Amino acid sequence: MSDPLIQMKNIEKHFGSVIALAGVSVDIHAGECHCLLGDNGAGKSTFIKTLSGVHKPTKGEILFEGRDMHFADPRDAIAAGIATVHQHLAMIPLMSVSRNFFMGNEPVRKVGPFSFFDHDLANRTTMTEMEKMGIVLRGPDQAVGTLSGGERQTVAIARAVHFGARVLILDEPTSALGVRQTANVLATIDKVRKQGVAVVFITHNVRHAMAVGDRFTVLNRGRTYGTAKRGEITPEELQDMMAGGQELATLEGSLGTTV
Amino acid sequence: MADTPQLVMDERVKQISPMRRALIRPELGGIVGTVAVFIFFGLFAFDSGMFNSQGIMNWSVVSAQFMIIAVGACLLMIAGEFDLSVGSMIGFAGMMIAIFGVTLGWPMWIAILVTFALCVSIGALNGFIVVRTGLPSFIVTLAFLFILRGFTIFLPQTIERKTIIGGIREAAEGDWLANLFGGTIGKGFFTWMGEAGMIATFERGTREGQPVVDGIPMLIVWALGLVLVGHVLLTRTRFGNWIFAAGGDAEAARNSGVPVNRVKITMFMFTAFCATVFAACQVMEFGSAGADRGLLKEFEAIIAVVIGGALLTGGYGSVIGAALGALIFGVVQQGLFFAGVESSLFRVFLGVILLFAVILNTYIRRIITGER
Repeated sequence: MSDPLIQMKNIEKHFGSVIALAGVSVDIHAGECHCLLGDNGAGKSTFIKTLSGVHKPTKGEILFEGRDMHFADPRDAIAAGIATVHQHLAMIPLMSVSRNFFMGNEPVRKVGPFSFFDHDLANRTTMTEMEKMGIVLRGPDQAVGTLSGGERQTVAIARAVHFGARVLILDEPTSALGVRQTANVLATIDKVRKQGVAVVFITHNVRHAMAVGDRFTVLNRGRTYGTAKRGEITPEELQDMMAGGQELATLEGSLGTTV
Repeated sequence: MADTPQLVMDERVKQISPMRRALIRPELGGIVGTVAVFIFFGLFAFDSGMFNSQGIMNWSVVSAQFMIIAVGACLLMIAGEFDLSVGSMIGFAGMMIAIFGVTLGWPMWIAILVTFALCVSIGALNGFIVVRTGLPSFIVTLAFLFILRGFTIFLPQTIERKTIIGGIREAAEGDWLANLFGGTIGKGFFTWMGEAGMIATFERGTREGQPVVDGIPMLIVWALGLVLVGHVLLTRTRFGNWIFAAGGDAEAARNSGVPVNRVKITMFMFTAFCATVFAACQVMEFGSAGADRGLLKEFEAIIAVVIGGALLTGGYGSVIGAALGALIFGVVQQGLFFAGVESSLFRVFLGVILLFAVILNTYIRRIITGER
């Protein structure tokens, strides 16, 4: 495999007396889907915020393309090509897909001293990008509010990729979705990965992770326990690592089935 | 689009009927209302003089007044905020022009420019407080409603021992900037129309032969100009997209790199600018500034905007709609007078139409966002 795009080495993050991350080591390659699995409270959110420039790590180092990464704020991270698609999306339901797609990055056309929003270009680009992702729009002026949750995730992902994301951090993109919509989002992840984008897929759902992941890292109580390649690990093993094994086994025993 | 291949339509994406498509245009309510109002008064007040040159000028001026403040209120409401200090700002701005230009005797153009700078700064302060504290703009601007009105009464009483300062027209005589607010344009055209017998002319007195309406007041020019600028800004520029985004979901907009705070403060400043334009036109027309000017104007502006299809919650609306709302407002207010209806009924009408507009807008929002 090529050199990793991002390397995180023994990252620790403390908030006062709370140790949110107690030693996280992950490396992320271009064109792969790296699944980061963790139960609630494992430190997933802190991990994302550290990677996307919101928090600075207390200890440890992050290398971006082999060099030390120092982001003053999330804007720096975005400029460097690290985009985060949040669980609660940056989409505005009342605005059209096209206006949402270009929000904050509006294309302008100069007429004399004035610059105008280039609606033609925006509409055309939106339609082509949506088509690539397999979303059929009634028109670029369709409001985002009429799209399903899965489609909104896809628009958000397509937008991040269109504006030059090289690392895409997806924060539980499938957690609130139905089966069919989840499948669509997973298919989108696959498409984006094939374009050479590094996808960091954060989830607590082992089955979703197994469906698209190339490599898997489990985060438990603020610590990572190594990374496994696809085919080297079974879903049951991942599940066990996430939940800390013993307790879940007891629970499952009382339920008479696996969770 | 010619270059995109024929897409396979998803069977779950229903084609929407043209009627439903028309319904989600924010201007629809305004257009329907305008047509209805003109038909109504055309039927019931046609012979009352409402549609001769004087009558048209009468309701046009009133509508233009509403339009000027509605444009500001509209853009601000789409950006997700309210300004309840518009009315007090009108009184305050008028009083400041009078104090600077008459009491202190400054040249009128300096008085007007300083007043604009002062009022736009107060608008910026409004916006700054709202953005910084995160308090509802409703409360912050309510505070300024009282603060500004208080000064508008206090200052002339302290300086001149009265609440009305007159003599503005004399002080503004020949002033280039004052003419931009108080003058009229198209005098030649109206004289020609009078001579051609198309509009009424004076039949007696010193102005015999001159047209009754001798030009279009600058007030109307300002109103149409502001509507045009506001509409283009909102729909055709990058900043317009930011206005929608800031009002639609400020947090999501920030995540996408929209400078939400800057957008909101700018809109507060623009609202203050519109209020000052209103005040400047008014003092030039009346020749005096009164401490009670602009009372309740903030609500009238908001009602015009809501009739025009904007959502009170922000993120959706149209300047053209707001302008039509203002037109409906002006035509009905003056039309009831022409039709000889008791003027207090205008308030009843206002309340009823406001209620209908809000209900309709809420329904339309559900259609747009696909909720049922």
